[in-house]
Order: sequence, then structure tokens, then C-alpha cells
Amino acid sequence: MTKKNLVVVGNGMVGHRFLELLLERDEAVRWNVVTFCEEPRLAYDRVNLTSFFGGKTAAELSLVTPHRYEAAGITVHLGDRAIAIDRQQKRVSSAEGRRIPYDLLVLATGSAPFVPAIPGRDAWGCFVYRTIEDLKRIRLWAGQVQTGVVIGGGLLGLEAAHALARMGLETHVVEFASRLMAMQIDDGGAEILRSKIEALGVSVHTGKNTSRIVSRSGRVTEIRFADGGALSTEIVVFSAGISARDELARDAGLSVGERGGIIIDEHCRTSDPDILAIGECANYRGRTYGLVGPGYQMARTAVSTLGGASDRLGVFDMSTKLKLMGVEVASIGDAHGTQPGARVVAFTDAVSGIYKKLVLSSDRERLLGGVLVGDASGYGQLLALSQSKAALPPQPEQLILPRIDGAAVRPGVDSLPDSATICTCQNVAKGSICKAIRGQDLGSIGAVKAATTAGTGCGSCVPLLGELLAREMKRAGKKVSNHLCEHFPHSRQELLHLLRVHEIRSFDALIAQHGRGTGCEICKPAVASMLSSSWNEHVLEDRHLGLQDTNDRFLANIQRDGSYSVVPRVPGGEITPDQLIALGRIARKYALYSKITGAQRVDLFGARLEQLPPIWRELVAAGFESGHAYGKALRTVKSCVGSTWCRFGVQDSVSFAIRLENRYKGLRAPHKLKSAVSGCARECAEAQGKDFGVIATEKGYNLYLCGNGGMKPQHAQLFAIDLAEDTLIRYLDRFLMFYVRTADRLQRTAAWFNNLEGGIEYLRQVLIEDSLGICAELEADMARIVDSYRCEWRATLEDPVKLARFRTFVNSSEPDPSLVRVPQRAQHRPAIWEEKQLQLAAQEAE
Amino acid sequence: MTAVAVELEPEQWEDVCALDDIVPWTGVCALIAGRQVAVVRTGDAVYAIGNLDPFSKAYVLSRGIVGDKAGVPKIASPIFKQTFDLRSGQCLDRPEVSVPTHEVRVERGRVLVRREPRAQGGHDGS
Repeated sequence: MTKKNLVVVGNGMVGHRFLELLLERDEAVRWNVVTFCEEPRLAYDRVNLTSFFGGKTAAELSLVTPHRYEAAGITVHLGDRAIAIDRQQKRVSSAEGRRIPYDLLVLATGSAPFVPAIPGRDAWGCFVYRTIEDLKRIRLWAGQVQTGVVIGGGLLGLEAAHALARMGLETHVVEFASRLMAMQIDDGGAEILRSKIEALGVSVHTGKNTSRIVSRSGRVTEIRFADGGALSTEIVVFSAGISARDELARDAGLSVGERGGIIIDEHCRTSDPDILAIGECANYRGRTYGLVGPGYQMARTAVSTLGGASDRLGVFDMSTKLKLMGVEVASIGDAHGTQPGARVVAFTDAVSGIYKKLVLSSDRERLLGGVLVGDASGYGQLLALSQSKAALPPQPEQLILPRIDGAAVRPGVDSLPDSATICTCQNVAKGSICKAIRGQDLGSIGAVKAATTAGTGCGSCVPLLGELLAREMKRAGKKVSNHLCEHFPHSRQELLHLLRVHEIRSFDALIAQHGRGTGCEICKPAVASMLSSSWNEHVLEDRHLGLQDTNDRFLANIQRDGSYSVVPRVPGGEITPDQLIALGRIARKYALYSKITGAQRVDLFGARLEQLPPIWRELVAAGFESGHAYGKALRTVKSCVGSTWCRFGVQDSVSFAIRLENRYKGLRAPHKLKSAVSGCARECAEAQGKDFGVIATEKGYNLYLCGNGGMKPQHAQLFAIDLAEDTLIRYLDRFLMFYVRTADRLQRTAAWFNNLEGGIEYLRQVLIEDSLGICAELEADMARIVDSYRCEWRATLEDPVKLARFRTFVNSSEPDPSLVRVPQRAQHRPAIWEEKQLQLAAQEAE
Repeated sequence: MTAVAVELEPEQWEDVCALDDIVPWTGVCALIAGRQVAVVRTGDAVYAIGNLDPFSKAYVLSRGIVGDKAGVPKIASPIFKQTFDLRSGQCLDRPEVSVPTHEVRVERGRVLVRREPRAQGGHDGS
């Protein structure tokens, strides 16, 4: 079979999606695929471009896994731009002189930032905001200046302003229209948005027509307005909209729209049937679409057209929900009430900064659209109501009014017909979700996600999924429960209470008295943690052994090939040269890959099971203790060098960090715990991102609680200020034990805090003012744990029964032949499966 | 294929360890004719399945947590937590995936594992 040539021009989000969808189809094998990518990198997540300023790297933003295209046989011309289409010869030529013949051509050229024709716009210091390269240039320039202006108060403009403000610039947003985000929201919503953004320190200037950009020695110094006003600035970012990149199509004689965009039909065909266009460059039904959703739909339709199927483009929904500078904003359907007879119900709360509006049909029976600012939690429901055209309840205003004392009057998901789309990202309807829950007996959000793919895109429909699940389970006579798992009809908090009140010291006794069955991988580690934080027996005692996750069971961290890594404790990150030498010597002796962790420790990778005891024997001899990197326990108390060396430090942060780490080491908790102590307000130890963080002041220490880094970063809350060390430790004893007692399984302190009614004020009442009268008990509990601490590794090395379990094979002393290493830089890494197979084949050939 | 088979074909069975070497509700790994086999003890039975976790491609199943799902004895992979029916080797989360199983006998306090896995398709009811 001769393959036909498919050329795709453009590797943005939509071009990439098209290729991915094509590869999923069988007909992919019929095509030789060649793609042009003008940018120096393959497709990346432009929707989240701004996170580049928040520390995301280009690699993290990338949508294309390395070698994905090569492996699929797609030829990519990176950094090369298609410059002409010869429709007679059916050939595309490029800036680098390539001439690629095509049988079918797909244009996914996207759009370009629109820069208004303002005199002076070419001055140094003027930028656009579209690509990673643009952002790199902005970052370089912004690093040397103090003030900045963003021209354009739409979505991207506000993101650009956020980025400048975050880099410490005095930031102004200039908008030609009379309000921010004029396309998506109305005056009422824009007013709330403006006040919230100004509260964050960004100045907003609406109704301003920029007439000139003034520069000195070529560098921008000022922008001037038509009304005579002016703003001094050292950087200008244009973000005043986009225009379709249709020049290639235009030059080739394809039909383009009056206001730009390559005209396509419902199959994504341009005026030349051998050329398709998709994404922001395409003009469908008289307009272009600057959202990724319609672009992805076009990609899907184009792939179907390619395969000879007759999918048609539907009506695009331009509803959108986003978070701008921490402010939730959503626009749904006919947000401006343009349909005849449309009626509006609106709710404004200028104190909390919330605005909500419903656009209703003239008979008030249907939802046409809406606007949400400040709180967009109702987005999923309103979107589903407007798309499904379901009948509204008699008092639709209840959909947006605040709930009083939990008296929920929301009509909920029941009011939606089965055809209503719940997940717009994956296009999953209510009916199919309910059917899956019933038919496959799904019992958790995770299971619903896995079975239906709903909720796996932006996640905004997850609350609706929860409602659907609860409703279906109720209908089936089941209760949505906070039960630990099928073996225990209790929440973690209830079980812990039972275990303490009845002084139960083993899993077997607990399940016999309060559970059923034999347990599982959910309840066993959870109960192991509860037993540990209550009675503090060694986790490798026979009766606790089967409860431990593999990390706890072997006191090391399992890696992807089944080998383990070892992390000795380095309290406060303070380490002697002799200890460093010992680590190096041991790592070299056992050929361990070595890496510095984010928590000021050293991680040694690649130990086989039977090597763990001898490695630890040497570590203990060198003065090290278990670091509990394997446990749901305190990891490290990170510190900066503090007043002992640093000219800025106001307290001895290292000494205090070591004191805290030694006090709480070994404490088993519902999840891991991280901590830090900074010696001054410069916060070099990043204490505000930790479960408990301490920042030194002139008078003592400020205590921060419930922060988190990782996947969902959350700043810790300031709990108390200027504390003496002993007072701070007393508060921490109470805090940690209160968390251990009341949190759910695998719930970090940040999530626990977010579910705590009353927030930080409530915590202060309980932990400082002792409003529940439990502080003495919490302190006694902690004292018992602290007093019974033993290094788990030292205790293990002294016990031949425990040591006997550290062997790979029960009937052989041979090392595990499946652990194969491949050199990398000056060390090595585990071989991947294919490499192991190759090596095996080579051995057999010998 | 029961006790008779053992007596008639001793070379078909591997004596891997004492029953006491396996703490109840845990597993160990045995190397049998170059194969890694997870030998797993519940409260009252011993099972043997392939040690290779088909999802992570690591030889680790013996180090998983043992328990049950609605009465079905199972072990969870320590890498990504998929669970496997200890009797049939079938993955309980992805029924189309399964691992090999071996017959096991406990005699005079020793654990004997049949060298060859059962024919694919689960246990033969012996």
C-alpha cells in the first residue's frame, strides 16, 4: 500500500491534538505525516503559559512526551516555518527551503497577538504575550525595571499583569473598553473583579485610549493617552487580542473571512477540499474562536474527515471558567443577555467580592447564560443547565443566592436531563455517568473518573460528579460514607477513638471487635499509623508486619524497579564533614546513586533488600539515625544558617530546627509532615510552605501552620507571633496531636485545615485557649511518643528475627537478577524494561 | 493432581521454606528454576503467584499488603496498588490482566511450591 502524504502546518495545542487523535485511529497507518513547527519547541500548554512565571519549566508545560513523534513515525521540522502553498503542484515550501508534497494539508497556524497601531510601539521594552520565547524576553527585561504597563484588560492581559506584579513591578493595566474582560463578563462582575485586582496592588485604568508610546534612547519611558493623561513605565506588554494567522492561506488564494480567519465548512474543509484548517486560524460560521475547546473539536472533526467519516462541527460553547490573580471568573452561554426578551437576576456582595448573574429566558423557564466573579463554584451546574435547556426551579435566583445555615435550596443535579453534559472537557453526559455508577457499581469519585473519564480535564465538574454519585448511591439504598474501606464501618477519626478508649493494640483485635473480613491495603497501613501514634511499638513487630506498606516494612523507599533508597536523618540540614565522608564512602561501597533532596538530606538509591541491613549498620556506626523518609511521619525540619553565621539572622534557626526535629522525629501521622525554621523574615528556609513553619523575629518566633508545597501549594497560616521556644513547642505538641487525632487517612494538614470549620481562629481557640479542654491530654500524648522514641533502624539491627526478613529470596542468597543498571552521567540508573529484555537476549545469544 | 502427584513426582515440587518463615498476612519471594514466585500466607492458607507486577514491570508482588475484597483473598502491588486475586492471579482492578499462579502444599511444616505455573487461565480447581 502506498502511503499518502499528510502535511500539518503548525504544532500548537490544536495541531498536536490533531496528531494525537490521528494516531489513535487505524487510518494513521495510511499516511506519511510531516509537520512544521515554527517555534523552537513542540506543542506546549499555552492555556497555562503564565505558570512559566510561577516556576514551571518549558519541559513541564510541554504536551509532547519525548520521542513521541519519532516513535509514531511523524517527521517534524522544528523551527522551520511554512511560507507558501503551491496548490497546483500540491506542495508546501518552507523558510529553510524544504518542499514537501502533500495529498492532504492541514493548517493549524493559530493566531498572532494583535498589536494596535500606536506610534512608538517598536521601542525597546515593548513585548507581546504569546509564546514561551516572549515570556523569556519579558522576564529578562522585567528583571531590570520597576514599573510596567499591560495594554489590554482581557484574560491574557490580566495574566500578564499578574506576572509583572509577581516579579515585583508596580503594575498598571490599561483597557480601551469601559470594563475589564469586556468579552466575557458584564459591568457588575467587572466592578468586583476590578476591586479585587486593585486590592492586590495592580492599578486598573479603563476607558483609556493609548495614543503614543514615548521612548528615550530607544527604551520605552512613558505611554500617553488620547485624553491627555500619561503613565511612566519601563516595560509595555501588549495583550489587546489576537488575529488569525491566515496569511499562508490568503496568499494561496483560499477564502478568508472579512475579519480574518480561513473559512471552513462543518467538516473543517477550506475552499480547497484538499486543505483543512483547524483551531484559532479557522473561521467557522463567520467568526474565529480563541479558546482551546473549539480548537480541539475541530481537530476531532478534521481527523474524522480524513478517515472519510462525516462528523460535523457542532455549535461551539464559549463558556469559560478561570482563575485570574486568585479571583475566580466564569462566563456561561449568553452572558450578556443578547437574546430577545432575556431577563437578568443578579446578586452582588461587595464586601466578600462576589458577583453572580443569571440570564433567563423571557418565561424564566430556561437558563441562557450567566456570569460568576469571586466564587465560581456553581459553574458546572449552571453550564449544564444552560446547555441542556432543562426546566429551572420556580425560584431560579436560589441558584446564586448564598445559602443560609446550610439550608440547601439548590435544585442540584436532579433537575438536569440525562443528555446534559456534565464534563465539557471530555464531553460526558449525565446519563452515561449515572449508568456507569449503577452498572459498574462505582463507589468513589476516583472510580467514576476512571470509568467515564469525566472530571479528568479541568476538574470543575468534580463537585457535580460527587452529587451524582451520592444521588445514585442513595437511590441504590447505599450511603455515601466516610468509612475507611469495606472492612471498617467507621471513619479514621472514629476508629482512632475506639482504639484509644478500648486500648486496642493490634489490627487483629480491632478488626475482630469493630470491623469485618481480613483487611486490605487501605485500612491496614491506616491502622498501622494509628497504632503507632497511640502506642509507638516497633512497626516490624510480627503482629504489625503485615500492616505496613512496603516502605515501612523495609524501612526504606521503594523505587520503580523494586530496589530501595535510603535517607538518613540530618537534623536541620546540619552535617559534619566526617558524616559527609561517611555517606560518600558507604554510597561508593554499595554503588548507590546519590542525590541531594529538597529537604537538605542525601538520598542513596538502588539498594537491594538484603543490602539494607549492612548499609544501615555502617550508617548507624557513623552516627546516623533513620530519616523516616519511608513513613507517613516527620521528614525534616529544614533551616537556614541563622544568626550564628548570617549577617541578617535574628535567631539561631539551626539550633531550634534541630531541637524540633529531634522532638518530633518518628511521629507517625495521617500523612507525611514537613517543617522549616527561618532565621529572619527573608524566609530562606521556606517555612510558609510547610505543615508547620517557624520564622524568627527580633522578639522570638512566629508560628505558621498547615502550609503545603507539592501538587497543590498552599501558604501556611500565621498562628501566633513572637513566641518563646518553649511556648512554641507546647503549641506544636497540641497542634500535631490534634491533627493526628482528627484528620482523615492520607490527609495533609493543608487539606485538613481547609475542612476545619472556623479556620485559624478555631485552631487558636482549641490550641491556645483550650476551648475543648483537651490540651493537657494532647500534650501528655505527645510526651509519651517523644519519650518512647527509638531509632527504628538501630532497633532492627539488634533483632535477628527482624533482620532475617531483609532478604530478596527466601530460598536463595542470589542477588535479584531483575535489578539491572545503566550508566548515566557519572552514576547509573535502573534499566527500563526494554533495556533489560535486550540484555537478556544478548546473554542468551552468548 | 493432589497428594498422589507429590509422591509420584517429587521433582515437580520445590521445598522453598518453613511455614514459620512466612509471617501470617505477608509474602516472601522464592527463586524456583530461575522464576521469581511470590509465596503468600493469609490467616489459614498459602498461595503462590508470579512475583512480576505486570503494571510496573518490577518483581515486587511478594512485598504487597495481603487482605481480601469481599472475601476474595488478594495482594496489592506495592508500586501502584493494583490488587490481584491470590487464587487465580487475576487483577481485580483490570480483569483482562493476570499473573501466573502455582500450586502450593504445606507438609510437615514445610511449604512446597510446584515448579511449573498452572496453565494460563487461572486455577484448575485442585
